[in-house]
Amino acid sequence: MVKIDAKIPEGPLAQKWTKYKANQKLVNPANKRKLDIIVVGTGLAGASAAASFGEMGFNVKIFTIQDSPRRAHSIAAQGGINAAKNYPNDGDSVHRLFTDTVKGGDYRAREANVYRLAEVSNSIIDQCVAQGVPFAREYGGLLDNRSFGGAQVSRTFYAKGQTGQQLLLGAYQALMRQVEMKTVKLYTRNELVDIVIVDGKARGIISRDLVTGEFQRHFAHAVVLATGGYGNTFFLSTNAMGSNGSAAWQAYKKGAMFANPCFAQIHPTCIPVHGEFQSKLTLMSESLRNDGRIWVPAKKEDAEAIRAGKLKPTQIAEDDRDYFLERRYPAFGNLVPRDVASRAAKERCDAGYGVGATGLAVYLDFKSSIERLGEDVIRARYGNLFQMYEKIVDDNPYKTPMMIYPAIHYTMGGIWVDYELQTTVPGLFCAGEANFSDHGANRLGASALMQGLADGYFVLPYTVQNYLADDIRTPRMTGNEKEFVEAEQSAKDRFTKLLNVKGNRSVDSFHKELGLTMWDFVGMARNSEGLKQAIEKIRAIKKEFWSNVKVTGDAEGMNIELEKANRLADFIEIGELMAIDALHREESCGGHFREEFQTEEGEAKRQDDKFAYVGCWEYKGENQEPELHKEELQFVDVKLIQRNYK
Amino acid sequence: MENYINLTLKVWRQKNAREKGRFETYQVKNISTDSSFLEMLDILNEQLINEGQEPVAFDHDCREGICGMCSLYINGRPHGPDDDITTCQLHMRKFKNGETIWIEPWRSAGFPVIKDLIVNRTAFDQIIAAGGYVSVNTGGVPDANAIPIPKDDADEAMDAASCIGCGACVAACKNGSAMLFVSAKVSQLALLPQGRVEAARRAKNMVAKMDELGFGNCTNTGACEVECPKGISVANIARLNREFLKAKLQD
Repeated sequence: MVKIDAKIPEGPLAQKWTKYKANQKLVNPANKRKLDIIVVGTGLAGASAAASFGEMGFNVKIFTIQDSPRRAHSIAAQGGINAAKNYPNDGDSVHRLFTDTVKGGDYRAREANVYRLAEVSNSIIDQCVAQGVPFAREYGGLLDNRSFGGAQVSRTFYAKGQTGQQLLLGAYQALMRQVEMKTVKLYTRNELVDIVIVDGKARGIISRDLVTGEFQRHFAHAVVLATGGYGNTFFLSTNAMGSNGSAAWQAYKKGAMFANPCFAQIHPTCIPVHGEFQSKLTLMSESLRNDGRIWVPAKKEDAEAIRAGKLKPTQIAEDDRDYFLERRYPAFGNLVPRDVASRAAKERCDAGYGVGATGLAVYLDFKSSIERLGEDVIRARYGNLFQMYEKIVDDNPYKTPMMIYPAIHYTMGGIWVDYELQTTVPGLFCAGEANFSDHGANRLGASALMQGLADGYFVLPYTVQNYLADDIRTPRMTGNEKEFVEAEQSAKDRFTKLLNVKGNRSVDSFHKELGLTMWDFVGMARNSEGLKQAIEKIRAIKKEFWSNVKVTGDAEGMNIELEKANRLADFIEIGELMAIDALHREESCGGHFREEFQTEEGEAKRQDDKFAYVGCWEYKGENQEPELHKEELQFVDVKLIQRNYK
Repeated sequence: MENYINLTLKVWRQKNAREKGRFETYQVKNISTDSSFLEMLDILNEQLINEGQEPVAFDHDCREGICGMCSLYINGRPHGPDDDITTCQLHMRKFKNGETIWIEPWRSAGFPVIKDLIVNRTAFDQIIAAGGYVSVNTGGVPDANAIPIPKDDADEAMDAASCIGCGACVAACKNGSAMLFVSAKVSQLALLPQGRVEAARRAKNMVAKMDELGFGNCTNTGACEVECPKGISVANIARLNREFLKAKLQD
């Protein structure tokens, strides 16, 4: 049985999506009312999809673990959203955005999907402006653009340093309009705990009300997961505390394949770790690299003096500074892609040139921009980010350079989907960061917002309709079918089991241990020996977790420790799969850096003859080795070359 | 400079919406002044779990001041003793060794307590659902640059739009009024040509919903602006009043 079929439409790249839409099946308005769609997650992808489905006339149920859809972590995206509008007349086009994205992803993304993403990007900007999203404008009243990493054009639209917030509020408001019109029913503080499969098709979910502790059965003709990434496997990341991989993991256990789990993005500009009590890492937007210059002292003794607190960065003369990105990559300078910038910072720190008390930090300096443009201009562009930095670190970045270090930020890997964003389980779709589809081995800045909204506004409304056209005769189920009853029981059993361990260690203590193991062995630099060790360690953590975790409280009412324990149980297994995938992929590409595979200059070295495929993992049962399937990537339009940002 | 401090915490504990709450006293020791307020609560919770007690439930998520999930009334101030920040951005360097800190949930008729420090803020979603949007469907919209918008208007709309929906304005108000929240959304959309079309309808419907949900009236004390973590101006309330009056006069 061929399990992997991407279902890419025939024809030239630029016509695939047009052709798909011209030939897809439709559902008439009277039938739409009879069809139910469940959307899980209310971030950019989930909220925009649910609002669009509601507007089309489908019956929608949407779920969020937060108190309001507006809390989804898309809200925290700072810098901007890409589109190929070419308003600045600087040579941008759909094709350019497409090639930049494929190249930025180090040639591990599917051409057809990426092209479609670039193609619909312009409609997203139109849609958001029509919703009243207050994008930055120029004095002439037209939209302003800024530059982002991995591109030589300015194609990023932004709303101060709060672009994700404004786009999410736009989608959230569209969603609430549908809630008011009763096409969408909203479930808050309600978490997916299982997916119900009937006759091989996704037919609903089991959820848990986080306020009452009650389990609920929900039927739908199709289910869309838009539940974000699994970066919190590392405990410390830029993700929100509640971000988790559990919905995706339930999908994996029910037969959806997990693709490229080892592709995790390490963002170069985050506030460095400062103590054991630390709960999360704060991102400083990539947009800062437009005007900030990254450096470390050129002399080791200066770096040592700074670490010892004897010297201040402002005392280092211009000639004694090493602007290492500008030195190594003159063509792109401080705007190289994230994976390249992160590794370069790590290289300097490992070589003994790092700053800060721990030596694990580099400077991001605005001195020359402030001299060139004035403090007011810098304040207007990045004021909220500078304020955020000052509140956390207690240092004024207008006067002294920021300290930054790479941190886990985004997961390119995720649930495998075909061209229609459908998983290997019919009727189960996956969108946004939760799927693997568009970013290959490394995502470019300002492309996550683009993908989330592309999937939700402009892809799923077509592809889910195409699927549902064959389902108009399927009557609604009651939730009393044996598949629903069994799924609910198995979810209940899992929660009871967690409560009954009654061990001695808190959930967080296990999560921190897992995170350290992941960062040390499955982080920025990986090797065969370390990955094997990681797998052993993670299995040991899993064993201890299930025999020694202490979950206080009971199953009734709100129990936050129980929620956390359930998500951590999945993170442990996700971590193991990430390590297995990283071990199998004997090449370096994008965010996945295997020390055994690098050029003499320390750049990532791909093995295109062996690994130009998507690694898709199939669940084979508890404590069984997963099975690898391959989706070979065909590059027709883009030529595979080694990425060069020099 | 990093220091370590010991604190006495008076924390509001309440099992659920039906049962009565009370303050409990806890001691925490060796708290780094570089840690955030919520990290201090994490340390307290770890301590409680190790003692076999139930940890304190509090809302939080992004921990970088943008999701609007964290709340807390700390020593009588929403989001605690610092300006222009949320509780998650509050750091322990704002407290002194030996200090007693009182920690309570938002207290307002519009936000009933769910558990301990967690309150129910779905009323805000209901107010948005009553009209806090531009009524456009996906697709079929004009080019983004079809209507130029003066930069000053766009910037002012952005300032109003930066509301995070945390509810500090309601918690700070002696009347429990949601006027700052409502006016921020009404202003943002009234300032933009896209939102102008249904400005009258929006102002009326959102105000009506706010009244229906039991929020109080505005008496211009300005407490909301002072405590707003995003510095939303009370000038928005004046604009809402104008929009509302204009709409009523048109009736």
